[in-house]
Amino acid sequence: MSDTANVPFWWRSIGQRLTILLAGIAAVLAILSWWMVTSFAREAAERTQDNVLVASATTIAEALRSEQGTILLELPYSAFAMLDAIGEDRVFYRVSADGETLTGYDDLLPPGTPERPGDVSVRTIDYRGDQVRTVTVRRTVLAGQQPVPVLVTVAQTRTGVEAIGSGLSQTAAILSVALFILAVGLGAFAAGNALKPLNSFAQAVTRRGPSDLRPLRRKVPDELSPLLIALNRLMERLGQSIRRSEEFIAEAAHRVRTPLATVRAQAELALHTVEKDEEKKMLRRIIRAVDESSRSASQLLDHATVSFRADALAKDHVDLAELAAKVTDGLAPTADMKDITLILDAIGPAAVRGDAILLESALRNVLDNSVKYSPAETEINVTLDRLDKANWRLIIRDQGRGFSADSLPELTARFKRGTNVDQIVGSGLGLTIAEEVLDAHGGRLELSNPETGAGACVSLILPAA
Amino acid sequence: MRFTDFASSLIGLWLLLASPLQALELEDQKLYPGTSATVVKVISTGDLAVFEPFILQFQAENPTIGIDYHVTSSAELHSAIQDGGVFDVAVSSAMDLQFQLANDGAAQAYASAVTEALPVWARWRNQVFAFTAEPAVAVISRERFADLERPKTRQELIALLRQNPEAFENTIGTYDVRSSGLGYLFATQEARNSDTFWRLSELMGTRGTELYCCSNQMIDDVASGRLTLAYNVLGSYAAERIARDDRLEILEMEDYATVMLRTALIPATATETQGAALFLDALLREGLRDAPTVWALPPLGAADTPEARAYGPIRLGPALLVYLDKLNRDAFLRAWSDAMVQQ
Repeated sequence: MSDTANVPFWWRSIGQRLTILLAGIAAVLAILSWWMVTSFAREAAERTQDNVLVASATTIAEALRSEQGTILLELPYSAFAMLDAIGEDRVFYRVSADGETLTGYDDLLPPGTPERPGDVSVRTIDYRGDQVRTVTVRRTVLAGQQPVPVLVTVAQTRTGVEAIGSGLSQTAAILSVALFILAVGLGAFAAGNALKPLNSFAQAVTRRGPSDLRPLRRKVPDELSPLLIALNRLMERLGQSIRRSEEFIAEAAHRVRTPLATVRAQAELALHTVEKDEEKKMLRRIIRAVDESSRSASQLLDHATVSFRADALAKDHVDLAELAAKVTDGLAPTADMKDITLILDAIGPAAVRGDAILLESALRNVLDNSVKYSPAETEINVTLDRLDKANWRLIIRDQGRGFSADSLPELTARFKRGTNVDQIVGSGLGLTIAEEVLDAHGGRLELSNPETGAGACVSLILPAA
Repeated sequence: MRFTDFASSLIGLWLLLASPLQALELEDQKLYPGTSATVVKVISTGDLAVFEPFILQFQAENPTIGIDYHVTSSAELHSAIQDGGVFDVAVSSAMDLQFQLANDGAAQAYASAVTEALPVWARWRNQVFAFTAEPAVAVISRERFADLERPKTRQELIALLRQNPEAFENTIGTYDVRSSGLGYLFATQEARNSDTFWRLSELMGTRGTELYCCSNQMIDDVASGRLTLAYNVLGSYAAERIARDDRLEILEMEDYATVMLRTALIPATATETQGAALFLDALLREGLRDAPTVWALPPLGAADTPEARAYGPIRLGPALLVYLDKLNRDAFLRAWSDAMVQQ
């Protein structure tokens, strides 16, 4: 996708996205809860102060009495002692009868006066350079026969309330931060956990071999099952299309091979009937070209066969020694034509499990290659030995030109040929076939140029049965 | 600790802001010059004789700072600060008036490692700081008490006064709470804490009680044998006298003790705040000692005796305003006079 380049790195993985989103939500919730706790705490502290102030003012109001027409008051000790409860706050008070100050701070004027006896008015005002909370209660006292309205105002600064509020706010802040950290941790854990099926699904797909197109059979969460189904359908279609093209190639190779055989037989016959050297030369060239063509067709067929049979590999007992003998015998006439001697050194039994036809085709292709690239009057050694406890090794060693060092790693790719092939005709499929067969059997193909002497060395390594 | 016309000065409190600065009535004044021009003006109710050793010790540690020490009554001190008089430290034995100064905004806040070391009950709003805890005690004359059993509680004291009228006839002394701020504080706090106070007061009134302005005069009269018993004398003064005069004895009362805190504050008008802070810290350091060294004033730890713990030291808090209220004061003085002055 072209727009991934514009996405910041921390937004590219679903896990990081989830974690960041969850952390964002946690942050919002933490701030919200801190704000709520703080405002509740402040509210509670303020209400407590209000209640204490009301209690204080009420206690004072209740101590009012009258004697012989004069209003008397003895401030109850508790009325002021209780104001200590909130914190170290300055306290002001005023008791007035009919507007006249009876006692207290003359200039403490209640901002709102309760209308009826028993009413309470609670206000916050500025007094003597501080914010104070004032509570005023109203009581009617009978002075002689005259009912006199008396206002009792008690005021207190708000330092204690602020201190309680900010103390609780700090505690709430610490708790909120702790909760946030916990939530982020849990969010990361949850995101990781939620993505585990996706990761293991991805790993299962990655772990597959390059030609493994079997459908995936595993339990996945509901969200992933469309992906799984789509992937399986894709693999099925891919498999079908590969099979179809292999079938087509096999069919084409087969169709080409039969007429080629006829052409070759006719050319052979003609060779015996013509007299002129030039004509003979021409016919021989035709025969060689036909041979090459039929060889390429065989290899294409072999390759298709490998693709087919490797999908459902047979597990027969195969004796490598026997197999080597059979292939060597089969190629002996071709080698004879170039005066090449095939020397077999294979003492059985060397048991492996696998598909005899495929293994034979692998060895034949390798050996055929060696014969093709070896100059006349040389030897080719086919040696079987035990590489280690678990593996057999078949070494095919010739005295030809060897592999060109620079193209060594690529030689087993399809239709890839070495850089030192000169005029020799070839398809580039031989080593590919051999390697595919060995891969299917859990073995491997090793190409090298021996340190001493000329020639190429090909090792077929197969696990022992 | 002379309260001249307490009531009128208290009424004056409400009018003070408008009134012009009155001349300050000083009992004593002394300047202790320092090596620099810095002079910390201290206004205090503590006698020069008591405070001089402390001032000299302070100057030994801070030789640059001069101290201008003014002695006055607690009421004078209160009105001087309330009026906006310029002083750097105010030291008073009247904790209620000191509290009121802070409550009304006449003190400034100060915090240091030393103030933080004070017990919570010994400070208020970082404005008022206590540096002594001084109980009110009963002092007796050994000679006149020779045949009498020492009472251990207020109840036993009442019984003793009842059973021996002739021994106490006109030989009991106590503060005249109408003129002594400290006496008034002791009396109101005791009346609040214990109902024996009024019974004792009535009995003292019946026996005929001499009223005094100050602790020292009471102690003098007990020493000379004129008084048998002086009730609610400042314990620190009594202890200091007893150390050099064996005619006196403190009655060990086990039921309770009223404990007053001597307090200091930095007035809002202070100009030499740095010097004031040093002086205050030095005062509080004396208060935090285990035992008094430079003077006879008992440190704050003295409030930790069993009898003092009964009610604890007088609480620095808004409740102190209750007995400063003029209606309450009138009512209390009326009741006290009825009990005490029965002529």
